[in-house]
Amino acid sequence: MAVDYLYYLRADKLPHMWCPGCGVGVVVKSMIGAIDQLGWEKNDTAVVSGIGCTSRAPGYMDMNTLHTTHGRALTFATGVKMAAPDKHVIVISGDGDATAIGGNHFIHACRRNIDMTLIIVNNNIYGMTGGQFSPTTPYGAKAATTPHGNIDPSFDLAQLAIGAGATYVARGSVDNARMVQKYIRDGLAHHGFSVIEVLSNCHTQYGRRNKMSDPITMVDWIASQVVPRNKAEKMSPEELQGKIITGELHRNAERPEYTDEYRKLIERVQAKQAARAGARP
Amino acid sequence: MPELLALTGNDAVAYAMKQINPDVVAAYPITPQTSLMQKFADFVADGEVDTEMVLVESEHSAMSAVVGSQAAGARTMTATSACGLALMHEVLYIAAGYRLPVVMPVVNRALSAPINIQGDHSDTMGARDAGWIHIFSENAQEAYENTLQAIRIAEHPEVLTPVMVTLDGFIISHGVETVQIFDTARVQQFVGEYKPAFTLLNPHKPMTLGSLDFSDFYFEHKVSQLQGINYSPKVILEVGREFQRTFGGDCCYEHFEAYRMDDAEMAVIVLGSTAGATRMVVDDLRSRGIAAGMVKIRTFRPFPYEELAATLKKVKAVAVMDRSLAYGGDGGPVHIEVRSAMYGVNNAPLMANYIYGLGGKPIDLVHIESVFTDMQQAIATGKFPRRIGYLNLKE
Repeated sequence: MAVDYLYYLRADKLPHMWCPGCGVGVVVKSMIGAIDQLGWEKNDTAVVSGIGCTSRAPGYMDMNTLHTTHGRALTFATGVKMAAPDKHVIVISGDGDATAIGGNHFIHACRRNIDMTLIIVNNNIYGMTGGQFSPTTPYGAKAATTPHGNIDPSFDLAQLAIGAGATYVARGSVDNARMVQKYIRDGLAHHGFSVIEVLSNCHTQYGRRNKMSDPITMVDWIASQVVPRNKAEKMSPEELQGKIITGELHRNAERPEYTDEYRKLIERVQAKQAARAGARP
Repeated sequence: MPELLALTGNDAVAYAMKQINPDVVAAYPITPQTSLMQKFADFVADGEVDTEMVLVESEHSAMSAVVGSQAAGARTMTATSACGLALMHEVLYIAAGYRLPVVMPVVNRALSAPINIQGDHSDTMGARDAGWIHIFSENAQEAYENTLQAIRIAEHPEVLTPVMVTLDGFIISHGVETVQIFDTARVQQFVGEYKPAFTLLNPHKPMTLGSLDFSDFYFEHKVSQLQGINYSPKVILEVGREFQRTFGGDCCYEHFEAYRMDDAEMAVIVLGSTAGATRMVVDDLRSRGIAAGMVKIRTFRPFPYEELAATLKKVKAVAVMDRSLAYGGDGGPVHIEVRSAMYGVNNAPLMANYIYGLGGKPIDLVHIESVFTDMQQAIATGKFPRRIGYLNLKE
C-alpha cells in the first residue's frame, strides 16, 4: 500500500527550506517510509534534532518533535528515552552537528547502547552556516574555510560508531533510497543504539567548491564511490582504494540495552531493600 | 589616508582584526557572525596577516583555545553570536578570572528556544556578569573603531580585563554602510605591540593560573578581579580621546552619548543600532518644539551609574528601551541598571521600560514615537500608562 506521506508531515510548514535537489529530502522520505512499515504511531514517536540543515526536518514532521541546541540532540533524546523507555526516539542530525560539536555525546550514546536511532545525513560540510569544513570533509577537498584544500583527516562515521559501541550500524547513500529506507527500518526495529549514516549531497556548499555544482553530478559522484558490502568482500584492498562501503556494517544482539539495564538495576535494589525491610523484627 | 569603503558591519570588524593582526584567532561558525570570520579567513589565506587561525569544533573549544593562547602570551581573538556565546559561558569567567585581555566581537542574536537567528541582546546580556567589559556599537563604523580601542582597553596594565564589542545581528552585521578605514600603519601604532607582563612557559618567571582556591583566598581573588573593571572607565575615556585625536572620528568615545539632552524634558535610553532610528525621531520631535532627547549607552559593563544619573536627573521622564528580557526581574536588564542609577536622586524622573525587537521583531519610527507620546502623557499626568510596555507586540 502506498505510504500517505502527508499524514506524517505538517503540510502547513511546507514548502521546506532545503535547496532544490538536496539529499535530505530522500532521507526524510525514507524515514517516514520506515516508520510506516513498522506501523509506529505518531504519538508514540519522538523526533529530536540539533542545529543545521538536516535538523530542520522535525519541524516538518507531525510527531512529537524537539528542536534543540547545536550538537546536543542525543543528550536531549537520552532524557526523553529515559523518561519514556517504551516510546520510540529518533535523532536526525548532520555530520557537523553529530560529530564535531556533538562528537562527545555521539560516542557516549554509542557506548551506552540506549535504544534510540541516530540518522546522520553526511554531506561532508556545514551547509547552513556557509560551507565550512566538517569532520567528514575529505582530505584535499575545498570548503569555505579550506580554500586551498583540507588537510584535516576525516572521520569514518560508521567505524567510529562501531568502535564506540553502537550495536546496529549501517551506511547508505541517497542514490539508493530503497536501501536507505531498509537500513533505517532495521535500525528502528533494532533493540539498542543504532546509527545509520547516509551519504548525501550538498551541491550548494560542497559541490560548488569542488566542481560538482548541480545535484545530479554530485549524486553521481557519490554513486561512483560506494560499493555494497557483499561486493566489497570480493574486492582486493587496491580495488577498494577510495571506495566507501555501504550496507549493514555491524549488528550485535548480545550487548545489554541501557534502559533495560536501568530497569533491572531498580528492580534489584528494590528487591534488596524489601528483603532488608522484611528481615527486620 | 583613510579609505572610504562600502562594508557590512562584519566586514568592518574583520578589517579591524586585519589591522590588529592578532597572533592567534580561533573560530567556529554561527549565524550571523560567520561572515565576519570568513572575511578574516580570507585575509589569513591571502597572507595579509600573520595570524595562526585555529578552526575548532565548537564555541566552547574556541574560547578555550583563546584562553590557552592568550595565557601563553599571544594576542588572541575570536568572534561569536547567540548560542555560541552561551556555549562559551563557562570559559568567559575563566578568561576574566585569569585576567586575560581577550577581545571578542559579538554579533548580537536571539537565544533558543524557540530557535531564531535574528538580532536581539539576550546573548550578551546573559554574559553581563561574567567579568567582561561590554561595549555596544551603533553602526559598522563604531563596531570597527570599538574593536580597535578594545585592544588598548583590555591590555591596559591596570585593566587586564577581556572585552566584548557588540554589533546588532543583521542590522549592523549584514547591512552595507560607508565605513572609514584608517591608515593601517597609524592604526597599528595606536594599537601597539602586545607585551604581557606574565605568560605561561616563561622559564624565568614560571606561573600558575586558576589552581584550586577554596575559602582561603577564592573570595579575595574574585574581589581583586574587580580592580581591573573598576579602573576601566578612566581608561575607556582616555583611549577614546586618544583615538579621536589621532584619527578624527565622529563616533561616540564616551561611556554614553547624550543626544540633545541639554534642555531635554524627556529621554529615551537605548543601546546599539536602534540609536540611529531614535535620533531621527528626536530630531523630528524637536522640529515640532518637543523637548526630546536620547541617551545611547556605549559601555554597558562597567555601567556608568553616576554620570548617567547626573544627565538624567535634569529630565522629567525617562523611557528605557530593552532588547532582551530579564525573566523574573524588573523588565529588561538596562532598565534594572538605570533604576539602580537613579536611586537616591532627588526629584528623580518618572521612568518606564519598553521591551522591543526580540528575535528581530522590527522597530519602526512610529514605535519609538509612541514611547515619546507616553512620556508626554506621563509628564502631564504624573504617571506612565504602565511600568513595562512591549513595542510592536501582537496582542
